[in-house]
Amino acid sequence: MPSDIRPTRRTLVTTALAGLALPLVPRGAAALTTATASGLVEQVAAEITRIINSGQSEAAMIRDFERMMGRYGDMPTIAQSVLGPPARSASRAQLSAFADAFRGYMARKYGRRFREFIGGTVAVEGAQDGGRFIEVISNVRIPGRAPFEVRFRVWDRSGSPLFIDMLIEGVSLVISERSEVGSIMDRNGGSVDATIEALRRLG
Amino acid sequence: MPLIRRIHRLTAVLSAVMPAALLALLTACGPAALPPGDSIRDADEAQNRAVHRFNLSLDRALVGPASEGYGSVVPEPLRRGVGNVAANLSQPSHIVNNLLQVRIGQASHNTLRFLVNSTVGLGGLFDPATALGLEPRETDFGETLHVWGLPEGDFVMLPVLGPSTTRDSFGIVIDTALNPLRHVLPEADRPYATAVGVLGRFGDRHDNGELIDSVLRDSADSYAQLRSLYLQNRRFELGGPRLGYRTDGAADGLDADPYADPYADPYADPYADPYADAISDPYSDPYIDAYAQ
Repeated sequence: MPSDIRPTRRTLVTTALAGLALPLVPRGAAALTTATASGLVEQVAAEITRIINSGQSEAAMIRDFERMMGRYGDMPTIAQSVLGPPARSASRAQLSAFADAFRGYMARKYGRRFREFIGGTVAVEGAQDGGRFIEVISNVRIPGRAPFEVRFRVWDRSGSPLFIDMLIEGVSLVISERSEVGSIMDRNGGSVDATIEALRRLG
Repeated sequence: MPLIRRIHRLTAVLSAVMPAALLALLTACGPAALPPGDSIRDADEAQNRAVHRFNLSLDRALVGPASEGYGSVVPEPLRRGVGNVAANLSQPSHIVNNLLQVRIGQASHNTLRFLVNSTVGLGGLFDPATALGLEPRETDFGETLHVWGLPEGDFVMLPVLGPSTTRDSFGIVIDTALNPLRHVLPEADRPYATAVGVLGRFGDRHDNGELIDSVLRDSADSYAQLRSLYLQNRRFELGGPRLGYRTDGAADGLDADPYADPYADPYADPYADPYADAISDPYSDPYIDAYAQ
């Protein structure tokens, strides 16, 4: 038996803090269901389809896409996950600048290929609990191409359900971009600031 | 005399049963565990990068322009026909591998597909099977080795053929030797089959030109990017047949099939600290919780 069961000062402080913080934990945490996540995917798919078929210029489409990423994507989580271990030593300001630069880079990189998806449809086929996130499985059909599977990962750590990743035929956007951003960082001597600068120009 | 006859019968039965028993033994081990999506083993990176540089210049000088030319000279319907014939010619090889994997359902799916496309589809020129629900389900000996429990080994960049792994490179060699077509087709017809296969590849290169170009030319490090994309997608393919997903919110998927999720579940171990810093080990969980503090 442990001889000392009296709470130490540290456990007291942590417990008190935890108790104080408890009401701050977003209530959505328990509410996120596969149905909510599937609904979110359908909503976003409809919005993307609307942007693609709007007939506006590429630049306008990219702007719309970037705005959507800000609204539906958990950008702090995506940015930190993509940055990987260097995120640990980065400052808060750097992380936020990186998240913004990365969002613009993604919008330009993928927004430019939007026209390949004209006429495409996204059908949600199911969803499963992935532990920390809900994974929504969908089937994408584009005329003249073999249908392919896209999975969306949604969680609500921020308080509302947001996307943290998208996997096309098993290829994760976060993992692929982590490799790419790592390469960009290597090229820039491991500097986070230089990487942010490079991302602003790329894509 | 009856004894000899009995021995004869025994050896006949044994020779029929032995391969099946061996297969059963092999498959009993279960498929190899798939590494998580972002784990990369690349022991010969320097050499692989050299091969990649060679492939890049080959693509720039020859394959890219040839595919472009093929794509602009040959109209789309004919290109698709050639692609269909090429796919149909590799169908027997899929069936053999399905049998070796003891995936009988897949084998009959591919057999039906081959029969339909070879007859109604005019020798594979058309693909009516897909419209009938017999969509392509490709496989290879690399997958067979995976089903038998062989791990993927290291990442390998092959000249001309591109990204692969130690296991899948072996698979390609065996597939070439095993291909039923090689044993059935008359010697004189084999070059045509090869030509159709190469043209089919050109067609793929043309149809996916923008995507391939964006990976090969616009990436900060096209080698690292190709390696990541290939390994993730290959592991996804090897994840096996899709699960029966439920939409009612039941979390059966990830628990039922450990290969469905490329990421290790941090909650699989009840004693693991759920608030462990994900940054300290970026490969245990790809997602860093920005709200953890």
